[in-house]
Amino acid sequence: MRIKCRSISRGAAEGEVLLTHDAISFLGNVDPKTGIIEEPQHELYGKYIKDKVLVFPHGKGSTVGSYVLYQLIKNGVAPAAMINAESEPIVAVGAIISGIPLVDKMEHDPFDILKDGDTVKVDATEGFVETTD
Amino acid sequence: MHLTREEERTLNGEDGETLQKAIEILVALGDIYGADKLIPIKSAQIAGVSYKTIGDAGLEWISDLNGKVKVPAVLNPAGMDMLRWEEMGVDAEFAKKQHEIVAAYEKLGIQTKCTCTPYYLDGFDVKYGDHLAWSESSAVSYSNSVLGARTNREGGPSALSAALVGKTANFGYHLDEMREPVIAVDVDCELTGSDYGALGYLAGKTIGSRVPIFYMQSKPSKDELKSLGAALAASGAVALYHVEGVSPDAVKLNYERPDETLSVGKEDILEVYEKTAMIGDEIRDTDIVTVGCPHCSPDEMQKIAAMLHGKTLQKEMWVCTSREVADRHPELVNTIEKSGAKVVCDTCMVVSPAANNFQCMMVNSGKALSYVPSMCKVSAKYGSIEKCIEEAGVLDEN
Repeated sequence: MRIKCRSISRGAAEGEVLLTHDAISFLGNVDPKTGIIEEPQHELYGKYIKDKVLVFPHGKGSTVGSYVLYQLIKNGVAPAAMINAESEPIVAVGAIISGIPLVDKMEHDPFDILKDGDTVKVDATEGFVETTD
Repeated sequence: MHLTREEERTLNGEDGETLQKAIEILVALGDIYGADKLIPIKSAQIAGVSYKTIGDAGLEWISDLNGKVKVPAVLNPAGMDMLRWEEMGVDAEFAKKQHEIVAAYEKLGIQTKCTCTPYYLDGFDVKYGDHLAWSESSAVSYSNSVLGARTNREGGPSALSAALVGKTANFGYHLDEMREPVIAVDVDCELTGSDYGALGYLAGKTIGSRVPIFYMQSKPSKDELKSLGAALAASGAVALYHVEGVSPDAVKLNYERPDETLSVGKEDILEVYEKTAMIGDEIRDTDIVTVGCPHCSPDEMQKIAAMLHGKTLQKEMWVCTSREVADRHPELVNTIEKSGAKVVCDTCMVVSPAANNFQCMMVNSGKALSYVPSMCKVSAKYGSIEKCIEEAGVLDEN
């Protein structure tokens, strides 16, 4: 199934869905060296975001979070792509400087139709998300 | 969002990767906030300079960029005085990283003056209605509110992108309708000097990120407005405020009084002076006094020099300003430093790790009062400039 969405950071990638209902502050919530969620209060505590299609409502916290996404890419532990309910500037800017495809405002609510482990393709240049079933 | 042919070309990578990323950031932000187009800017001020705030992550990104900025661009305060860092107690490893960050920005054609008051610099004059892409929250507030220019509160990468492209996305405070006041603040007493910072510290918490209009008994000077705006931006997220009968938009556009009202009286202001913003449970003696948040204007330097003339201080005192203002007034710097106070350039008590070495700081800035406890883990007390100098311990007077 192909679902339309808004493109925020161009590029395309495929990966396994890792989904959370919690917002993410890349500064503080994510270890830039390992790509592990290190905040004990976070729904994804202890999970690796490397190569995943990370689905979360939106970013939060310090604007330095944008640079943390860049560190994740440099360290080879960044997500393959990201899907937001609605993107805000910290994650949008971080995704663009890091070359990570990012989309938001999917025509169907990603929290209804996607679940952990699904394989999806995110094409942020053309503006769609494709599920494999 | 409508892009010109030239902008489309840049977005498609025909002008290189750095410019492609830069315009992609501007377009993404424009899309998120509903901008119709990109508009030319007159100057940019770029945040993300102190190694204390951006760390290795930020340094890596800036170092990887190529190209030159298209409009005059300047930097936010750094984490140390770029020349006298050792004297401040900054360690050599931090200093090395800080020099690398500033050098990386310089390679992009950015002027390496590190200040939160770019409006005092040659080449950064601001006129009513100018569009800017500035970052530092007090500079944004001052240019929007006191000078009547138009800028959003840009993040580091978006301000840098705007400088490289020479444009920013047309949304937020660039638009008339976003600049109208939505909350009235009645101040029913006369204010002077640091009272304005105390007012901003109080009112910012309630106002949040909205646009207020103040109805005041007294008429604030530009320096007093600078303190008010800095505190509003720190305790809240105010990027634009109006003062009835004083600030340029309020004078020109005759805004209607908003329905919602916040009232502030003398007793509220006095409370700010009485309370210590504590770190830990123990009340500690003041061991440092800092002024110049935001960086001192030439007028403020003059006043401080006159007050310190012929005095010797017992405690550490920092007078923070931009290097350009200090260089223009060597005689004032000399008078201030003869008292034992340090004229600290390029940095401030909030963004320098050297501030973390103290226990309790007295400040005359509502902005510093908001940030010093959380960012430096140092307790903070509030006082007028006179009280600050008294607290620094005047030993002898000639």
